[in-house]
Amino acid sequence: MELLGLYHYWVFAILLMTGFYAVVAKLNLFKKLIGLSLFQAAVFLLYITMSKVDGGTAPIFSGAADAVFSNPLPQVLILTAIVVGISTTALGLGIVVRIKEEYGSIEEDEIQEIDRR
Amino acid sequence: MSGLGQHLPALQVVVPILVAPMVVLLRPRGLAWAASTAASVLAFVIAIELTLQVLGAGPVGYLMGSWPAPYGIELRVDALSALLLLVVTGASTVALVGGRQSLDAQIEADRQPYFFAAWLLALAGLSGILVAADAFNIFVFMEISSLASYVLIAGGPDRRALPSVFKYLIMGTIGATFYLIGVGLIYMMTGTLNLADMELRIHAVGDLTPILAAAGFITVGLALKAAIFPLHVWLPNAYTYAPHMATAFLAACSTKVSLYVLLRFDFFVFQGNLEGHDLQFAIYLMPLAVLGILVGSAVAMFERNIKRLLAFSSVAQIGYMMLGASLVSIAGLTAGILHIFNHALAKGTLFLAVASFAMVAAGLRLNELSGIARRMPWTFGAFVVAGLSLIGIPGTAGFVSKWYLIMAVMELGPAGVPLVAVILISSLMAVVYIWRIVEVACFAKTEEQGSSAIAVSPLMIVVTWLAALANIYFGLAPALPLTLSGDAAAELLRHLP
Repeated sequence: MELLGLYHYWVFAILLMTGFYAVVAKLNLFKKLIGLSLFQAAVFLLYITMSKVDGGTAPIFSGAADAVFSNPLPQVLILTAIVVGISTTALGLGIVVRIKEEYGSIEEDEIQEIDRR
Repeated sequence: MSGLGQHLPALQVVVPILVAPMVVLLRPRGLAWAASTAASVLAFVIAIELTLQVLGAGPVGYLMGSWPAPYGIELRVDALSALLLLVVTGASTVALVGGRQSLDAQIEADRQPYFFAAWLLALAGLSGILVAADAFNIFVFMEISSLASYVLIAGGPDRRALPSVFKYLIMGTIGATFYLIGVGLIYMMTGTLNLADMELRIHAVGDLTPILAAAGFITVGLALKAAIFPLHVWLPNAYTYAPHMATAFLAACSTKVSLYVLLRFDFFVFQGNLEGHDLQFAIYLMPLAVLGILVGSAVAMFERNIKRLLAFSSVAQIGYMMLGASLVSIAGLTAGILHIFNHALAKGTLFLAVASFAMVAAGLRLNELSGIARRMPWTFGAFVVAGLSLIGIPGTAGFVSKWYLIMAVMELGPAGVPLVAVILISSLMAVVYIWRIVEVACFAKTEEQGSSAIAVSPLMIVVTWLAALANIYFGLAPALPLTLSGDAAAELLRHLP
């Protein structure tokens, strides 16, 4: 039961590895970027999940002395990390478009073949 | 010093990051270059002033918005960051001042403002990593500098830069994400992001397993970014197909800044907290360093494109820095950090000279460079001086750091002998690959191919020679980098008995 209780970490690990697999194994540059986004999203979940306190609410001071708050800081951090992730994906997609313009393909092996010629 | 003086750590980042969006608006020809060069020079001056403050009165701290340290954001410049700030801002300034002609030739006029904006963002990001004192700001600045350098590398006319930069983007992002996982695990256990606070609070952590995992994630992630063998595969192509001036800037500093973060974490944060961390660090990284030195030099010996050759030599040089660090002794770390500075001098000069060659020669393959020494003797002279520094000939900067590295290795006693052999063999290989270039450039028959009426601007030659003379100056009077790296090593290893 101990292992199942930590299910959110399992989600993190499985998502991380799924993304990583796509980055490593797929030859299509677009699919690689999808994998990369998954990979980053997994880490966002790691941060979000660690900030949750059982029974905790949003950290807004209500006057109640026994109120339990979740930690807001990781969410703020992840907001920044999401922005970074979006910029990376956007730049990556931009590069894929340029590659398509120059090489006429977005398959890694075909591009290598063209360069070797 | 006026009131502005105490804000220098913040200004180091603020100046380039504020000028960057303004540069985009500067349409008239040459203005964007002038503005970014001015910002870069200003950043260099700030770095020099900060170095003087660090040398005079020890580390310079700065609280953003005056919020006290573990809660607010702290900036901190100590000996190690000061040394690297000099390298980063210096490399950017030298490449910008001397590089206008080369950049004009490679980047179309209407795209130049964007290119220079990316340049300044890279500069701001790299400086930001060095002044930041907390783990998450380091991550953000790391990504700013990485995203900007992807743009710089892809900005040139060579289409092969695009697949290389895509590979760099994928690997760089994986590295940064690994780092983020590591920081997350530490935050989970300690509840802090400030490096100094983190170091203290790990003492109180009961179960150190997550911290150990964090150390693994952070070390591997940063090793990817720092191109430590065998995680260097993105580096040679990215450096080869980038615009020549971007190569000169990035080759001199970008991997070294990641190395800085690696040293900061492994020695400053983990060393005192994880049992046997020094031993693990040495056992895992020393073989990689040695392999990197040998493989990088060996590949460079057989490489035909001069930029790729120098890029593989960079892989070997990163190996020297890691070898120094993996000795986990004051002497070793001093040598490794000193080599960061000296290698930046040598490699920066070499790539500046290569940028000049590229404007006159038909291409950058070795056979296309035949007779280049007779066509541009001054630039080639500077190239040879920097080449000698790369090999480690006495009287040049490269000799000083290799000497200190050998001294540090000898401290190991008989076990150090094979490592000395590795350093010597690799230096001989460096002789071979530099000699191959010299041979082609001086003695091969010149084929007058195409029009080579373009003359390299005198400014470019002056800047290249200034950089070459710096190699000799710091070879004869290494006091400044030596003091800084000695202080840095002492500070990093203060936990060691």
